[in-house]
Amino acid sequence: MNKNEFLEELRKGLSGLPQDDIEERLTFYSEMIDDRMEEGLSQEEAVAEIGSVKDIVSQIMSEIPLSRIVKEKVKPKRALRAWEIVLLALGSPIWISLLIAALAIVFSVYVVLWSVIICLWAAGLGIAGGSLGGILSAVIFTIQGNFLQGAAVLGATLVCAGIFILWFFICQQTLKGILLLTKKLALGFKYLFVGKEKE
Amino acid sequence: MDIQLKRGLLDICVLAAIKSKDSYGYQIIKDMNPYIKMSESTLYTILKRLETADMLTVRTAEHGGRLRKYYRITGQGLKRIEDFKDEWKEIMAIYQFVTKEDEENE
Repeated sequence: MNKNEFLEELRKGLSGLPQDDIEERLTFYSEMIDDRMEEGLSQEEAVAEIGSVKDIVSQIMSEIPLSRIVKEKVKPKRALRAWEIVLLALGSPIWISLLIAALAIVFSVYVVLWSVIICLWAAGLGIAGGSLGGILSAVIFTIQGNFLQGAAVLGATLVCAGIFILWFFICQQTLKGILLLTKKLALGFKYLFVGKEKE
Repeated sequence: MDIQLKRGLLDICVLAAIKSKDSYGYQIIKDMNPYIKMSESTLYTILKRLETADMLTVRTAEHGGRLRKYYRITGQGLKRIEDFKDEWKEIMAIYQFVTKEDEENE
């Protein structure tokens, strides 16, 4: 890939960011490539050292706050005409409720994901509570002289405790997975705003 | 290195790289390379952040028929480095504490 191809691809990947921000980043990368070429690298080698456009774009996107991207997208490209403002005002019962619905959907996705986590941990807590109760009743049975029942309950308790340890790891892994998923979702929302101008 | 720790150190390293004389993007990366590796996009973010925090200023100058951006450290930036040196003393004290048992065991 030569320098121009690299910069063009980067520009495409970053479309959706504020225009002056894109220009500044492109100038920065252009300078980086030129400085490497000055040291004797060929254009292709210099571009290769900078890394892949895809990686660069995803790193930039994950660093930029979502609010900045949204602000750029909702900024009108020209001043609104009078009739457009009237339409916006008249249509507000519709588009405001649609906006609220959209936000509610995003919110509910998060709620569902976190409910899964809470359910798993609650179940884990239940099993742990069962184990503790089991130990207590085993002790009580033994004190009362019912050794057989005591041994039976103790056995059940041990099984319970075993399940709890296993369950704990399942909970931990799910939590990790869901944290990763929410991170990816946030990135996905960003791309939703940025991606549209790519075509 | 731990990513949080590295993030904090990178700012200081960039300031150190422009401390004695003005420098430019690629030179900063080259100067830091033996000590700490950093990608171009990371450097860009750091330079922006330091500029917003008034720790450095940027000027564009001609170089070999093209333009190049040079970064100069400000008084605030120099102060940040000095603060870091003080902070580091605290960190070294913590390091002594953390490694104390190792020495006792030897």
